[in-house]
Amino acid sequence: MNMDFGVFCKSTLDGEPVQHCISSIFGIAQNADPSYLDWLMQAWFWTIAVACLSLMIALVIGAVMGTLRTLPNSSLSSRLLVWGATAWVELFRNIPILVQVFVWYHVIPSFILPLKELPSYLLVSIALGFFTSARIAEQVRAGIQSLPSGQMAAATALGMNRIQSYRYVILPMALRIVIPPLTSESMNVVKNSSVAFAVSVPELTLFAMQAQEETSRGIEIYLAVTLLYALSAFSVNRLLTWIERRTRIPGFVGTSTDPSLAH
Amino acid sequence: MLILDLSFYNWTLFTDYIQKGLLFSAQLTVIATVGGIIFGTFLALMRLAGNPVLSYCASFYVNTMRSIPLVMVILWFFLLIPLLIGKPIGANLSAIITFIAFETAYFAEIMRAGIQSVPRGQTYAAQALGMNYGQNMRLIILPQAFRNMIPVLMTQTIILFQDTSLVYAIGAYDLLKGFEIAGKNYGRPMETYILAAVTYFIICFSLSKLVRKIQTKVAIIR
Repeated sequence: MNMDFGVFCKSTLDGEPVQHCISSIFGIAQNADPSYLDWLMQAWFWTIAVACLSLMIALVIGAVMGTLRTLPNSSLSSRLLVWGATAWVELFRNIPILVQVFVWYHVIPSFILPLKELPSYLLVSIALGFFTSARIAEQVRAGIQSLPSGQMAAATALGMNRIQSYRYVILPMALRIVIPPLTSESMNVVKNSSVAFAVSVPELTLFAMQAQEETSRGIEIYLAVTLLYALSAFSVNRLLTWIERRTRIPGFVGTSTDPSLAH
Repeated sequence: MLILDLSFYNWTLFTDYIQKGLLFSAQLTVIATVGGIIFGTFLALMRLAGNPVLSYCASFYVNTMRSIPLVMVILWFFLLIPLLIGKPIGANLSAIITFIAFETAYFAEIMRAGIQSVPRGQTYAAQALGMNYGQNMRLIILPQAFRNMIPVLMTQTIILFQDTSLVYAIGAYDLLKGFEIAGKNYGRPMETYILAAVTYFIICFSLSKLVRKIQTKVAIIR
């Protein structure tokens, strides 16, 4: 099979080569008709946009839900909160992401009317954000439970109430501990953003399917899209590794394993 | 506020549209699990071998499969298999081959963790008894590794079952597609999507409760 990478410099409307192939993606020149390379760059932008929005939603909600799951069974209100957070996590973990996207796109806007005006990429971001928040909640819960119980006891002994002890003692350590699993969850978000093709968000997977039908140059198109997905996932990985290094507390690598120091 | 009309939900709905999809999803899950575990064990052994060529090839394959979205892998195989064998292939068969190849990478990582979780003393004892590498792996290490990893393997199977819904991208007739076609034919898309979500939830939730129960029974106390 012969490969023709020149397909990216062809126009999407009539298949003729365009004048400014590479310089149009840097904004220096403008093509009269968009080329496949322009379309690819726009699709990459949409993928990154959906992934970033979902990640922001997922981190906030996931951290809250994971923290709520670690509350003790002391009062009725805390038992209700634990039950609610567990129900949230189980609900969003056991339904596939594609089914969740369909439910958020077709079903829920008829129930929650303000959602009808939202564009499809926002609905997909909400769906993906809630799906990932369940997984992040599990990681945060594991991180909090890996801390020695003496931390909470010491915070209580210093007179902090529950919210203060979580904010000043538990969560700073727990969130630093879970940054490595969060890195792999973030890479999963970038990969799962590909399900947005089902509701016609113009991202990389939809570009791959449509461009392959139009040009029949499937291998070149799929290679470029695969490369961009791998590059995005790798960049997210490097970014979170940089964050981990910047927020590291000197002297602590995870929790201390010295038994005489364990509290 | 919208009223949902579930009056159309009866047994004929199930037998006309959903049964075929459920059968295909279940088949895909079982075939991909069995194939994935078999090939994944081989891949894990390759990765743990001393030969750097084998080890590099295996880790390249695993890392590639793990860094690309599953939808892209499905589209790749749907494009490449007809080019390689010279004649067109149906979406169902393409989905089966794709899932075996994709899950091999994930099961390889699980089996590698399992093999590394067996204490080294077992290998030394096997060597002291005069067993070679193949006998050691087949009779001593792999049974224990497999048993250690049964909960993780079952969790991965549940994730696999959820991922089979992604064959929507190539139009294969799985459970989700069955619900969607039923919704279009009865004119009630919203109710069928909710039913799809509820069905998937019931299946996956019960299976994960089962995994938790099995986890306590299978664990080896050393």
